[in-house]
Order: sequence, then structure tokens, then C-alpha cells
Amino acid sequence: MNYIKKIYLAIIFLFLYAPIGVLIAQSFNASRYRGHWTGITLDWYTKLFNDDRIVNALSNTLSIGLLSAGIATILGLITCVAMKELSRKWRATFMSITNVPILNADIVTGISLMLLFMGLGLRLGYVSILLAHIVFNVPYVILCIMPQLMALDKSFYEAALDLGASPFKAFSSVVLPELRPSIFAGFLLAFTMSADDFIITHFTKGAGVDTLTTAIYAELKIGIHPEMYALSTLVFLFVLIFVVLFAINRRKLKKYEEVIS
Amino acid sequence: MFNKGLRNILLTPFLIWAGLFIFIPLIFIVWYGVTDYGGNFSLVNMGLIFKHGYLDALELSVALALISTIICLLLAYPLSLILTERQRDNTTIISLLFILPLWMNSLLSTMAWQTILESNGIINQILRLFSLPTMQMINTPGAIVLGMVYNFLPYMVLPLYISLAKIDHHILEAAQDLGANSWQTFWRVILPLSLPGAVSGITMVFIPALTTFVISALLGGGKLLLIGNIIEQEFTFQYDWHVGCALSVILMIFIVLNMLLTTAFDPLKEEEDF
Amino acid sequence: MKFKILALVLVSLLTFGCGSGGGDKKENVVYVYSWGDYLDPETLKIFEKETGIHVILDEFDTNESMYPRVAEGAVHYDVLCPSDYMIQRLISNDLIQPLDFNKLPNAKQNIGAEFFKQSETFDPGNKYSVPYCWGTVGIIYDKTKVTDPVDSWNILWNEKYAGQILMQDSARDALMIPLKLMGKSMNETDKNVLAQAQEMLIKQKPLVQAYVVDEVKEKLINSEAAMGVVFSGEALIILEENPNMAFAIPKEGTNFWIDGWVITKDAENVDNAHKFIDFMCRPDIAVKNFDYLGYSTPNIAVKELEENEAYKNSPVAFPSPDVYAGQETYKYLGNEMDEYYNSLWMKIKVE
Repeated sequence: MNYIKKIYLAIIFLFLYAPIGVLIAQSFNASRYRGHWTGITLDWYTKLFNDDRIVNALSNTLSIGLLSAGIATILGLITCVAMKELSRKWRATFMSITNVPILNADIVTGISLMLLFMGLGLRLGYVSILLAHIVFNVPYVILCIMPQLMALDKSFYEAALDLGASPFKAFSSVVLPELRPSIFAGFLLAFTMSADDFIITHFTKGAGVDTLTTAIYAELKIGIHPEMYALSTLVFLFVLIFVVLFAINRRKLKKYEEVIS
Repeated sequence: MFNKGLRNILLTPFLIWAGLFIFIPLIFIVWYGVTDYGGNFSLVNMGLIFKHGYLDALELSVALALISTIICLLLAYPLSLILTERQRDNTTIISLLFILPLWMNSLLSTMAWQTILESNGIINQILRLFSLPTMQMINTPGAIVLGMVYNFLPYMVLPLYISLAKIDHHILEAAQDLGANSWQTFWRVILPLSLPGAVSGITMVFIPALTTFVISALLGGGKLLLIGNIIEQEFTFQYDWHVGCALSVILMIFIVLNMLLTTAFDPLKEEEDF
Repeated sequence: MKFKILALVLVSLLTFGCGSGGGDKKENVVYVYSWGDYLDPETLKIFEKETGIHVILDEFDTNESMYPRVAEGAVHYDVLCPSDYMIQRLISNDLIQPLDFNKLPNAKQNIGAEFFKQSETFDPGNKYSVPYCWGTVGIIYDKTKVTDPVDSWNILWNEKYAGQILMQDSARDALMIPLKLMGKSMNETDKNVLAQAQEMLIKQKPLVQAYVVDEVKEKLINSEAAMGVVFSGEALIILEENPNMAFAIPKEGTNFWIDGWVITKDAENVDNAHKFIDFMCRPDIAVKNFDYLGYSTPNIAVKELEENEAYKNSPVAFPSPDVYAGQETYKYLGNEMDEYYNSLWMKIKVE
């Protein structure tokens, strides 16, 4: 049985990592054209940082991702706290409203927001992308925070109030620390979604403002400039190192816990 | 926790937000969908779904999305079960390894599948190396399904994993104590308890698969049009927003139907509506 | 503590984000919307250095996808680079403005008279556009796979090459081929004739490997197909990368297309736009773009400056006049006819 499991995992991981291997290989390919192997080079890595377009797209992706995830987290948290106090029926209604942007097709969300921005006379650009990303990030944040908030015991908060703390103080020192893991998860999920979104950005972006995904899409047809592969390889390595460090830390932590107990 | 006044104040930002960025945009879509260029009410554009073979495209989209959803479900169940085995101490690493590919840009990895599947692509080159007959894989419905499974598998695994991880181990032990073999335990205990996860996984995979236009454009060679491609073309090529919106409305109806269906089959929905 | 750092990062990003994305109108900029990969990035750097005008470049992949973004005013561009019939459409819908040729000395001096003359078919009086690139459409084929002579569009219907044919993914370019094969005009408006052309394309669909736009280059460089319908400039690049290929212009006639620079009606940087267009007509810049692109240039000063002998002597890059003399150019056929062409094409694609 264990044997089968291992083979199964191996196949899944081969499936998941095959395209990534291809992309990493392409970042070292001397030819500008995909699949046309002419030799190994590191040129694309050096060119990458001189390419304004890519550097701008990267900084847009990061800033839009962090900003939209941050704002969505704040808005989502406030909404969750308020929703906890609603009656069961109203809460269910609110939850279904918050879910609309995820359950609707991306293409419909993107187009509807484009129509809205143009109806408002807003010039499509950085701000419109940011707003659109907040729109689809809020539900992810709520989905992460709400279950933990519902499971939270009210009595600690009430005890803090009884001891004379203001509601805000009681919330920030009692409830917030408890929610920290889910807030963090919501923020991270929102950031990931924002960084990888293409369709909604495609419809709400303006001239000269690109995120990585729209820059990649513009290049898909004419042939991806290999600098993009180099960049993705770097991002991937960065996350990989982060993950490895995390895993090592966790192991150490576990051992430490074992020693203590 | 606190009084109603404060609650309502805290709720206001979201209400304004939802009104402006969720409701009004949807009204825009519906309004465009049921009017013509002159701004008069007309259902002509909605009726277009029956023309130009658009219905075929919708049919193809539904079929491919269904197949991908089923494959995702079949792949994700064993995977999530393995991931939830607590006695292994390397499950964390396996789950992290599983999440890692999500950080590769999905457009690029779909593009990489093109390089793998092409007639002179990696698979066919390997086949040639062993002088085996080559296969036509790119620009087929199969290639699109593969792209969908690749892109949306995590959306199936994550909810399944969460609902499987929630199952109390004592229940499983109790089942075994009562004489159930592992197959029975799975069929009678694990499966029903993980259904909510499966249901949300199905929704999370089916909807993006139904509406994508990128995967079909990259792996279908422009020969297989899905409903998403048609809507995208109506907006960016034909410049006919009324038709595009009308088709979007039809798509929304489909999604709502799908949600009603899945919630109807959701045995634990009473407990889920937190 | 972590949250304080996070908040700090957020605030600094907010200010940074607004600074870079605010789109200050007083900035010295020009918004250019052009075909993908249609300008040598180096020329933009030279332009910015010489004039201090910052170029914001966006790219489109077909004329049809460019038009709505301009027409709807979702995005304000100053300079566009559409093709012939699309220029006519922009003129007739009052979306572009007449150029001030006094500000375009290089254009007056360097652009060949015959190209201005051909432009009159879509821009009567040459008021609105300056030609940038031109070319023809032909069939590029792999000599090792195609044994029949390639001199007619007919070969695209040859069942021997099933699954080996790449077609252009655009209504006008696709329908042009059966229309020419029938001996009709590529600007045909007779719906019966068009229906026949559509029928031919539907019949051809099982033989087609993919409908492609710019990705045709990569596919043919990788020998993914035996033949493809390509623009002459793409052909030049493919020929250079893949020596097995050859390019032919079918005897039934082809499309003589011209892409030109135009300035939008609501351009906010009209002066900069003129400077940009004139800069693009300067011989030294035109040579750089030609080397980068491979598309034939209407700039008569280029051939003398060209250093790459292979390009200079290439009949694909600098064809003799009899290749393009008498060939047709697309015309704008009106909104209704345009929609009709598009609906025919959509029907072919979903079939």
C-alpha cells in the first residue's frame, strides 16, 4: 500500500513540476524562441534587471498585491467582526453576497468592473487594477477569517470588558491575537490571488500599466522574452528557499517541544 | 459582543463597497445584455446564443469543464488522504511541495505545457528517441482538459484536505473497532464527512474551467472555442459589448444553476452556513 | 511588532504606488499603442534621451482588439499604428486627427512616394497617416515536407498536409484567401460570395493545425507545421532562423498592406506625438527598426544604410515592384459589413 502511495505521489509531483522544469530550462536557453534549443546562457538573468518593462511590471505586481491584500484584509476583518453579531439568517445572506466575486466567472467580474470604471469616468490604470483586486480579494480574506472568528469564545472578550477595557482595547488585545493565524492566511491567500490574476487585470488595466501576468500575456503571442523565464525561476527559487527554511524551522520547533515536554 | 449601533457602523464600509463594486457592476452587465445599441430594451442579443453555433461552444465548455472537474476530484481524493495521514512526519513537506507550483505564473506554466505537448515537443521527442510512434496532443480537447486540471487541481485539493483534516481520528478508530474494514471506513465514514469539501472543490474547479479563455487559447490552437473565448472575442475583437454582456448573463445563469445543484446535494449545508 | 512592520511597508507602498501610477498629466510623455514587438526597444531609449519625452508603449495583437480600447476612450493614447483598413475606419468614425506635415520633415523626405500613393486607397489626400511598414501575405513552407510546388493558395486545401497548416486568426486575413482563390476582391461585399468563401474555410478547418496570430513565428521556427500563412516580415525572421523554409506569394494575388502612424483625436500630447512619428521616419532609426523587425519599410533611405547583406539582397525584404504592383489593399467596409465578416469568421471558428 505504501508503495502505491509513493508511486502515486511521484506521478502527481511529476505532473506538477514538469512544466516548471521546462520553464527553468528555458531560462538558460540561448535562443530567443521557445523550444528552439541553441545552447546555455546566463544572459537573460543579466538582461532581466535592465529591462524596465519587467522591473515595472514586477513592482506593480508586488505593490498591487500587497496593497490590495492589505486593504482587503482590513475590510474583511471589520466585516467579519460585524457579521458575527448578525442573526443566523442575515449572516448567511451576507456570506453569499461576499462570495459573489469568487463564484462569478472571472471574465464577468472583470468586464463588469471595466464597465463600472468607465461609467464613473475613471481613467483605467493603476488605481482601477488596485480596486478590482481588492474586490476579488475581500471574499478570500473573509473565507479565511470567518470560521476562526465563529469558533472564538466570547467570554475572554467579555471578561476584558468587565475588567474595564474599552471595546477597542479589548478587541485588539484579546480577539486580534487569537485571529492572527487566519488573518495572516487571508492576507497571504489574497496576495497570491492578486499576483496570479490575469483575466480581471486584463480588462481593468490601462495604458502603460502592466502587472507580470498582463506583461506575460502580451508576450505570449509574439513569443515570451526569455527574461520572463529567468524572473519566474528566481521567484520560484526564492519561494523554495523560504519554504525549506520554514520546514527546517518547524522541525527544530517540534524537537524543541518534545524536549520540553 | 457589542451593541447593534457599533455593529451597523462596522458593517457600513462593506455595504457601500458591495453596492459599488458588486451590485452596480452586475446591473451594468445585465443592462447591456438586454439592450441594443440605441439603448432600447431587446432580447435579440440574448437570442444570439442560439445562432452562430454559440450553443455548440457552450456545450463544449460544459463538457470539458465537467470532465476536468471529475478528473480533479479523482486525483485529489487520494492525494488529500495521503496528505492528512498524521503519523507521517513529512506530510508538511509534501503539502508545501504541493503548494509551491502555485507560485509559478499560471500563464507561463500553461505555455510550458505547449512546449511539452507539441508535435516537436518534449514528449514526442522522447517517443522518437525510442522510435515509438508520435502522438498528436496539442490543439486537442484533451490538451485543454490537461491544462484545466493542471491549473485548477489545487482548488480541489485545498477544500478536500481541510474537510478531511477536520475528521476526528476517534471516529475512524471507532469505525474500525466496530469491525469496518478500511474500504468500508472510507465509503461509510470518510466520504460522507468530506462531502462539503468536495462540493466546494467542485464549484471552485467547475466555474473557472467553464469560463476560462486563456487555457483554450494556448492549448487549443484557436480551433476550439469555449464560451469564455467567445465572450472575450465579443469584447476585444468584435467590439460588441451588448452581445458580450448578453452571453455573460447566460453564463451567470449557468453558474447560479450549478450552485443551486451543488448546494442541493450538500448534506451538511445546515452546519456550513456560518 | 510584525504588524507594525507590515503597516509600515503598506504605507510606504501606498505613497510609492501613487507616485508611480498616478499618471501626472504635466509629465513629458507620449502614449504609443502599437503592434506587439513592432519597435526596436533601443530606438525608444534613443528617443527618450534625445527629446526627454518618456514613451509609454502598449501593444496589441490584432487591429480588431486595438479598436475598442481606442473608440471607447478607456485609455487615452496619442499615437497608434494600425493597418490600412483600420486607419480608414478610425477616420470615418472621427477618432484620429489630421497630421501637421510641417512638423514631420523626415516623413516628407524619406517615405517613398509610391507608398503615399497606395495609402490614398484608405487615406485619401494622405492627411492622417504616415506609412511605417508594409508587406504582403504569402505562404511559408518547409521544403523538406512540402513536395508540391507552392504557387497557389490551393495548396492550403491539399489533404496531404492535414494537421500541418497554420492559418491567420483574423476575419479579414482568413477570408481574403478563399476570396482571392475565387478571383474575387478581398473587399467583397456580396453576401453570396462571402458565404461561399466561408464554406471553403469550414471545409478546410479539419486540415488546419491551429489559427494563429504572432505565435506563427515560433511554431514555424520549431518546425511545428509544414506551412503557414504569414506576413512577409515574419517570413524574413523565420527564414533566418530555420533554413528549411521558403516563402512564396501565390499567383492569385495577395494583400498589399500598409501599417501607418496616426494621432488620435483626443490625444493629449499632440506635439510629442508628431515628434515621435518624425523620429520614427529618421533614416538611422528606420534602419534599426527594420533590422529588428524584418518588415519591409517604405523609408527609401534604409536600403543604402542597411549593413546586413543578407537582408539587403533579400527579395522578401526589398521586393521588386512587380511583386506588389497592382495588388489590392484592404478597405474599411462599414460597421455593418465589418460585423458581417466577423460573424462569418466566428461561425467558422466554433464549427
